[in-house]
Amino acid sequence: MREIALHILDIAENSISAGADQVKIQINEDLTEDLLQIKISDNGKGMDAETLEKITDPFITSRTTRKVGLGIPFFKAAAEACDGCFSIQSQPGLGTDVSVYFKHSHIDRMPLGNIASTFLSLLLGTPDIHWIYEHNVNEKYFVFDDQPIKEALDGLPLTEPAVLKYIRESFEEGIDMLYETDSITLESTN
Amino acid sequence: MPTLKSLEDLKQIREEALKKQQLRENSGKKEVIVGMGTVGIAAGARETLKAILDMIERENLKDIIVRQTGNIGLDSFEPIVQVVLPNEEKVTYGNVKPDMARRILEEHVVGGEIVQEYQIEK
Repeated sequence: MREIALHILDIAENSISAGADQVKIQINEDLTEDLLQIKISDNGKGMDAETLEKITDPFITSRTTRKVGLGIPFFKAAAEACDGCFSIQSQPGLGTDVSVYFKHSHIDRMPLGNIASTFLSLLLGTPDIHWIYEHNVNEKYFVFDDQPIKEALDGLPLTEPAVLKYIRESFEEGIDMLYETDSITLESTN
Repeated sequence: MPTLKSLEDLKQIREEALKKQQLRENSGKKEVIVGMGTVGIAAGARETLKAILDMIERENLKDIIVRQTGNIGLDSFEPIVQVVLPNEEKVTYGNVKPDMARRILEEHVVGGEIVQEYQIEK
């Protein structure tokens, strides 16, 4: 996969399969520390220690339709290829946290990619899950929690065209704001 | 910290949508399902789903529910799109690229005609 955003989508799919009803995606870009940190936490069924130990092995999966699971080993390999690391923590009945660290400036680090498209796929494709997105670039923060939106809609589907537009624009504006460079005003002494 | 667009805007959108909904006959929801397992994602399922959402927004297509599903065991046909119309059997399409998704939406979901050339043999 060519984008970190596609890996995030893939890992979040595991949360959905694990029966989570709340999933949080956190992205921390700290340019001072040269760090890009991704965390995906869910309250799904979790895994026991034995499964957890094997989960980064490409030949382990809890799925039954096909025997080989590749999502987690893929993401781990991508991080390790650029001086990053990968960690996964899980407890049966409580949920799973996946954390991935990249060196932000590493030449081989794949781009974050279209994170809006990833998040909207998850939000709109699984409306019964409570989705939370938190992203910061240095001191700028963007938080998107779908709960107030769903309450305001009171049962109206998220795929109602005007609603879709509202959600997409809100999210895209939030992301754009993170990457805006502060405008510098040049003061003239004249 | 920035806030979202106002929730009041959203409530207004809701009121308007409900008014229009009452005017439309209750034809039932049409469902579009996109496979989003690892293989589907790697094959471009996110772009296929995005094309569907963009078209719903742009063409103002009503009463369509979009869902996603995990791997359904048809890897070589990913990205997979399934369409379920009220009182009809589920139709499965394979290797669906964004332009194909738009055609499926237009001809099948809106028009009611199955796009047979994209359909996977059962």
